[in-house]
Amino acid sequence: MYSADIIIEALINGLLTGAIYALVALGLTLVYGVLHIINFAHGALLAAAMFAVLLTNQVVGLDPYVQIPFLMVIFFALGYGLQRLVIGPASHGRDENILLVTLGLSIVIENLLLAGFGSDTRSLNTDYSFAVFEVGPYLLGQARVFGAGGALATAALLWLFLSRSDTGKAIRAVAKEKIGASLQGIDVAHVYAVTFGLGCACLAVAACLLLPTFYVNPKIGSAYVLVAFTIVVLGGMGSIVGAMLGGLIIGAVESMSGLFLGESLGQIGIFVIFILTLLLKPTGLFGAKA
Amino acid sequence: MPAADIAPAATMLYVENVTMRFGGLTAVDDASLNVPKGSITGLIGPNGAGKTTLFSIVSGFLKPTGGRVSFDGADVTHLPAHELAEKGLGRTFQIVKPFAGLTVAENVAVGAFLRHRHRADAETVAERVATRVGLGDRLDAPAARLTVAGRKRLELAKVLATEPKLLLLDEVLAGLNPSEVRDILPVIRGLRDDGITILMIEHVMQAVVSLCDRVFVLAQGAVIASGTPREVVADPRVVEAYLGKGAAARLARAEAADA
Amino acid sequence: MRSSLRPYLPVLALGVLLALAPLLLTSNVALNFLAVTLIVSLAAQGWNLLGGFGGQFSFGHAAFFGVGAYSSAIWQMRFGLDAWTGLLVGTAMGAVTGLVIGFLAFRAGLRGSYFALVTLAFAEVFRVLANSSEVTGGAAGMLLPLKIGAGNLQFSDRATFLGLVVALTVLVLGLVQWIRGSRFGAQLVALRENEEAARALGVDVLAVKLKAIGLSGAITATAGVLYLQYFLFIDANIAFGTWISVEVLLAAIVGGLGTVLGPVVGALALHGLGELVKAAVGQLPGIDLAVYGAILVVAVAFLPGGLVGLARRRAAPRQVRKAEPEGGRA
Repeated sequence: MYSADIIIEALINGLLTGAIYALVALGLTLVYGVLHIINFAHGALLAAAMFAVLLTNQVVGLDPYVQIPFLMVIFFALGYGLQRLVIGPASHGRDENILLVTLGLSIVIENLLLAGFGSDTRSLNTDYSFAVFEVGPYLLGQARVFGAGGALATAALLWLFLSRSDTGKAIRAVAKEKIGASLQGIDVAHVYAVTFGLGCACLAVAACLLLPTFYVNPKIGSAYVLVAFTIVVLGGMGSIVGAMLGGLIIGAVESMSGLFLGESLGQIGIFVIFILTLLLKPTGLFGAKA
Repeated sequence: MPAADIAPAATMLYVENVTMRFGGLTAVDDASLNVPKGSITGLIGPNGAGKTTLFSIVSGFLKPTGGRVSFDGADVTHLPAHELAEKGLGRTFQIVKPFAGLTVAENVAVGAFLRHRHRADAETVAERVATRVGLGDRLDAPAARLTVAGRKRLELAKVLATEPKLLLLDEVLAGLNPSEVRDILPVIRGLRDDGITILMIEHVMQAVVSLCDRVFVLAQGAVIASGTPREVVADPRVVEAYLGKGAAARLARAEAADA
Repeated sequence: MRSSLRPYLPVLALGVLLALAPLLLTSNVALNFLAVTLIVSLAAQGWNLLGGFGGQFSFGHAAFFGVGAYSSAIWQMRFGLDAWTGLLVGTAMGAVTGLVIGFLAFRAGLRGSYFALVTLAFAEVFRVLANSSEVTGGAAGMLLPLKIGAGNLQFSDRATFLGLVVALTVLVLGLVQWIRGSRFGAQLVALRENEEAARALGVDVLAVKLKAIGLSGAITATAGVLYLQYFLFIDANIAFGTWISVEVLLAAIVGGLGTVLGPVVGALALHGLGELVKAAVGQLPGIDLAVYGAILVVAVAFLPGGLVGLARRRAAPRQVRKAEPEGGRA
């Protein structure tokens, strides 16, 4: 059996990781809440962002945290373009089609990464990658603390953007009542693309926050996508608060089941939560009524 | 012809004090009605009166908050839709639901398969039923390409192919032009002559008057009047339900002034 | 009376064509290509029954493929029983797995994207379990001992094995063609098009979906057993890997959703193209899959009926014209 200290430390580290997971899930739930689509390519896009961070670091020597503003803009543009030029037109507005198109995109991205970078697992080492903060008896990874702080700050900024800016208001109007919004002269296709861009920008930030402690390989996206889906489903599809809380819960569960079940079997905890939520309460803990 | 008494043996459908609440909204409020065997009974009322909700309860798509539904002498309140269809209770949908990717013949065959296990039999029945409602020359057309009138006919054909004893028709005439209405009235009358009991929601009053033996009026979820079409149309409560409070009196005054 | 055998003509034609392959082909590369492609196409038949005919898109058919393969491997290696009954056991376990997942998911009312995601999660649970459990050999996987002989479903030459794969493929093609014309098939397609309308016509939607996923699981599990017997090795990432979930869905969609020949046509086209791409670009890892992904996007965007639909439209332009709307009104 583990001592209480070890369990509490694992719990705190899990919550810190969960905050970054929450940011990943935030992008997914935002897209779902506005476009009502499930973006299956979310994980693959995250993997792409992580490789971008890695490459920029190796080539230009830029610290991952310094890369945040640049990568955010690039991924916003990428997301905007993807929705406007590929996903929107290709899926003819049908749910199943969107799922298939984004699945297709994820396969393309994942395997291009594989072709470009090989299947090796890579990591990025910074000065703070292995440094720790000592808080009382607990050792907390510095990069995790920074990551969680960055994730919460990003979520707060996104919240402000959605509630205060004109674009944010347009996004919320479209999410609530698409036809009404378009009657008021809101360009729905543009709002969709902006939302998708924001979702991808969240991924870019998450990638910068993840890399100092987490490894990356071309297939990593499929692991993150399931974690993100679990968070989103648990928190309620489309709910931002739900995604944040769901992220923290899943981070904690992952850390706990990893501690008690071991590395490989530990993933099961998340999938089981995912399946049970879908089967028993598909609206999630904080989801709006279906 | 209208059954004054409610002898169970002569009653096809008996709706007894049915209530349906969605959260705080009461869509159907303690409604009771009966449909005698062999009759064409109408269900009318202003928009939002709860007519379609009542249909959904009767046909097993919704479970009522309270009350009882008996069909052909048996309590069927808690039976699912597909079992009711098997027992002989068929319905159409107000917003027609064709199997868009299939042909007309395939659409109707789905209904026919309920009573006929073998494809050849089901196809024969489907062809016969489709012809009867006037789709005989469109058998191989994809349902998605039918006109509005064609889709209404298809909706009817699909349910007829299940060989129902009781047919619930939800606004089968809505959206049709007068000549299309004229074409379909004899078809409905013919169904009754074949022994199918019919309960129909209808807004086209001319059709209600010409087809129905008896009419129930639903307003704000409650049955406010019943009788022959002419009685009901003259009932001041019905006029008020449609046109607002005091309308009947105003109308009467206006008529008196005209006279 | 129309001949009741006529709908089976395309199946028979394709069957004869495929049956000739083991007799005519001598190159091991070609035999290997066809064996693997047909195994995938068989798994895709299972997916197509549920996804194409029934409209329930699964993202986790690896669950059935893997259950088939592992059940048979366990049957042979842990219980010391023979491979032929292993084929039956694998198939049966696939059906049971389908029924269990289907019962949970369909009774909870999961549809569309939710159903896709829950199937994916089940496949992942199985993958993690197989990867860490002792009875499945853990991460090392299971290596069937080499015991060449028809009784052990192990053949020294590829042509004989291919013959078996072809036979099972044709059998399943015939089965799917029969289902297509049956009451069950009509009800399955009806609930794909509109569940409420189907219920109103007496279709027991849950029962029909369960039947479909049970059959679907059985067929895909059969393919899993064949895969095991062909390579004599499986591990969790092969048997429960996303690759097979994706390939079966791709084959069915590219070939033609809800068509009998679609999965075979789609698998042949995809794998053929994959070989071409590899020949052109060299052995860049993943490049064939990247092309598959792009094809999925293109197929969804431009080929709603898949290759079979395309062929049909080209073959019978007159029939399409006959089906134009009667009046001008929409």
